[in-house]
Amino acid sequence: MSEFILEMRAITKEFPGVKALDNVSFQVRRGEIHCLVGENGAGKSTLMKVLSGVYPFGTFDGSIIINGQPQQFRHVSDSEKQGIAIIYQELALFPELPIYENLFMGHEIMKGRIIDWNETKVRAKQILERVGLDLDPSRKVKDLGVGQRQLVEIAKALSRDVQILILDEPTAALNEDDSRNLLNLLKELKGQGVTCILISHKLKEVVAVADTITVLRDGRVVTSLDARARQVGEQEIIKHMVGREIENIYPKRENVTIGDVLFEIKNWTVKDPSTNGEILHNVNMYVRRGEIVGLAGLMGSGRTELALSIFGNVPGYQITSGELYLNGQRMHFRHPAEAISSGVAYVTEDRKLNGLVLIQDVKFNISLPSLEKLEEGVVVNEHEEIAMAESYRKSLDIRTPSVKAKVGNLSGGNQQKTSLAKWLFAEPSLLIMDEPTRGIDVGAKYEIYTLMNQLVAQGMSILMISSELLEILGMSDRIYIMSEGTITGELDAQEATEEKIMAMATKTTEGSRA
Amino acid sequence: MKSAEATPRTAKGGLGAELRSLLVSNIRDYAMYVALAVIFIVFTIVTDRLFISPRNLVNLVNQTGYVAVLAIGMTLILIIRHIDLSVGFVAGFLGAVAAILLMRGWHVWLVIPVVLLCGIAVGVYQGLLVTRIKVPAFVTTLAGMFIFRGLLSWVTAGTGTIIVRDPTFLQLSNGYIPDLPWGRNFSFHLLTLLLGILLVVVFIWGQLKQRQDLKRYNFPTTSPVVFLGKLVFFSVIILGVTWIMASYRGLPWTAVIVAVVLLIYNFILNKTRLGRHIYAIGGNPEAAELSGIKVKQVTFLVFASMGLMAALAGILYTSRLASATPTAGLGFELDAIASSYIGGVSVGGGVGRVTNTIVGALVIMSLTNGMNLLGVDISFQYVVKGAIFVLAVAFDVITRSRAKV
Repeated sequence: MSEFILEMRAITKEFPGVKALDNVSFQVRRGEIHCLVGENGAGKSTLMKVLSGVYPFGTFDGSIIINGQPQQFRHVSDSEKQGIAIIYQELALFPELPIYENLFMGHEIMKGRIIDWNETKVRAKQILERVGLDLDPSRKVKDLGVGQRQLVEIAKALSRDVQILILDEPTAALNEDDSRNLLNLLKELKGQGVTCILISHKLKEVVAVADTITVLRDGRVVTSLDARARQVGEQEIIKHMVGREIENIYPKRENVTIGDVLFEIKNWTVKDPSTNGEILHNVNMYVRRGEIVGLAGLMGSGRTELALSIFGNVPGYQITSGELYLNGQRMHFRHPAEAISSGVAYVTEDRKLNGLVLIQDVKFNISLPSLEKLEEGVVVNEHEEIAMAESYRKSLDIRTPSVKAKVGNLSGGNQQKTSLAKWLFAEPSLLIMDEPTRGIDVGAKYEIYTLMNQLVAQGMSILMISSELLEILGMSDRIYIMSEGTITGELDAQEATEEKIMAMATKTTEGSRA
Repeated sequence: MKSAEATPRTAKGGLGAELRSLLVSNIRDYAMYVALAVIFIVFTIVTDRLFISPRNLVNLVNQTGYVAVLAIGMTLILIIRHIDLSVGFVAGFLGAVAAILLMRGWHVWLVIPVVLLCGIAVGVYQGLLVTRIKVPAFVTTLAGMFIFRGLLSWVTAGTGTIIVRDPTFLQLSNGYIPDLPWGRNFSFHLLTLLLGILLVVVFIWGQLKQRQDLKRYNFPTTSPVVFLGKLVFFSVIILGVTWIMASYRGLPWTAVIVAVVLLIYNFILNKTRLGRHIYAIGGNPEAAELSGIKVKQVTFLVFASMGLMAALAGILYTSRLASATPTAGLGFELDAIASSYIGGVSVGGGVGRVTNTIVGALVIMSLTNGMNLLGVDISFQYVVKGAIFVLAVAFDVITRSRAKV
């Protein structure tokens, strides 16, 4: 057998107007963890879609060879038969069904012509153990955490006798703990002979697990680095990814001047009326003028819920006690509109889900929360709107053919910049940013960090929610750590370390509920 | 029409290539006009030009009136991802209410506002159910369909068909605008002709201004030849229709009413904050809410407007038939929804223009009108309409999913 389990030779894939992949050759050794990195739009996902048959044979040039055999996949099921399983960022599980049904969906265990549920449950338990999940297989998927769901996805792939497991940004939505678990599992699977292709933006993880690292840029392979032969550093990968060196991905701020307290919440306790459980318990925090406050914590620790309950309470939580002060005045926001008009803005965690109107253009999205600024009488002045959007396009370097281009057609980084422009135009005094750099490339991240620094220098206050510890450490002046709906710690930037934050983020306190 | 402007100009390849790229990127809009043209040509041929006669065209306008106003209201409902199945019988019921009030001797100028207010009340009731109690619009309005059908048969139970004799009321769907005092010297309707010419002037002025704006901001524009072609094409159509109307009895009141409604809705959707909010809610309701848009309030308003349009449709229909019948309104909701979809409203919400909806309504009603001229059996007409409806939506879904790749 050949050394390579998979070879993709001279793959070229064109879309109208763009060459997404340009003569890409990609080789994966048997039983290795092969990381595929590159900026957004570099062609990683396209390459994997070619491999898995999402783009059928004939819609691209080049050849795919598995175990020495040339393949012609016409459909995803063809690649599945060859032992290829792909796990996307957006999980493909059925939330209302139990784990065991999810695991064997599409290749049910049969006894004659009917499904053998008993055998299914037994086998499900075994597979769950293999991925390190000690769960009752009859639990519904919707009751699981994000990290557990990701593991169930992998278990589902394993139930099919997978040979090549492809994971597209598996840890993007996971906290550090779950990420570590997942990466350890990949190493274990490697020991069992499963070959893994991992697409990730988190270079720290890449460096930790990769045997080979292939870097794509603008649809071409820049280099393939052998991480077994020598230690490959993050800086080296970044250099290949962006084609230049970025010395520090967290730009330094100069002349930090922090003013008085702008925003404060006291004894903030919030209940979810549907379950009657407390989601936030006695939260106290403040943000000063010109300050970036980091809010760290694990997924599900209540950070987004806190932001939503402050910002007009769209989910309809029951705020059982607590006071909110802005500029020393007690406020009560019953709708985001009231929060916005008082100078609070919230950049959502998921720009596609609830941040942007993707089918509308850039200017529409930027002006949406602040249309009254563009009104003359009852008419929205489109000339002013275009001029305004153009000025943000220039100042934030939003790369779009025009401000009349649909936001859905922009890359992740440019969507995030549009989302920021939208809130900057609202001229808030407090900007709450929920995972401001999730899923965007290194270059765009740097630009967003620089912008954040400029904003606080002008006297704005930023509350930044983030699951990336390095980002929290790199950007914040002060850090709050949340666990299970309570603030479990507060650190100054100087004293904070990854270890201290993790210790506080995993602390369970009395009186709190998950 | 507007979207054609947004197409990038293909610098090389000349006129042919530009036309081709325009066609590809605006296939959704053009298909509607092509469908309308095909319907007109086919019916003109098979009816031996009866279809295109001034008398029938005026008839077509009057028939389209009530569907057009329903479809305009429905377009907003569909844009914000809801649906209203009750509009047909709401229109039927309120039309009957108008007939009864007239029969009892109420003055026509009292009856019309009262019935329109009743329509708003119906919209308010359904809007409250949808926004406050969160009953899905499908269920709310399906129930409404039964309720108002029931109410319609109840109020007409004693009398059967109620005849309307009020001359002012009958003018709404059967009358024509008066001519200017000195129009008597001409063999045609002078005011109608002048209005048509005015419309062409306003149209050309608007297009030129729009083009100037696009150039000012360096947005791509179509080449001068294509632009001129478009101006000539639409001007000729407007003048042609105007001439036909003017040489007959002039502009029907229905056309005036629809035009006023259209202008108001088009203005709201394209120029005001409320319009932006409606498109934002349709595009992404969660993002809209978190951008400070009061989604419930807007949804409520849109349902209230639908009620108002249903009442207006009821008045127009009753006026047209000069009577209220126990089955008035049957199937109107299908015509209204189909008009919107044919006019380019997206099944996924967030996309749609009331100006195009009117063309959609013309497609549906010219089909109905033509089949009536040919004496096609009503049951077969339902089959044809249903098929056209589902075809339009399928076409929309296909073209939109293609555009994504």
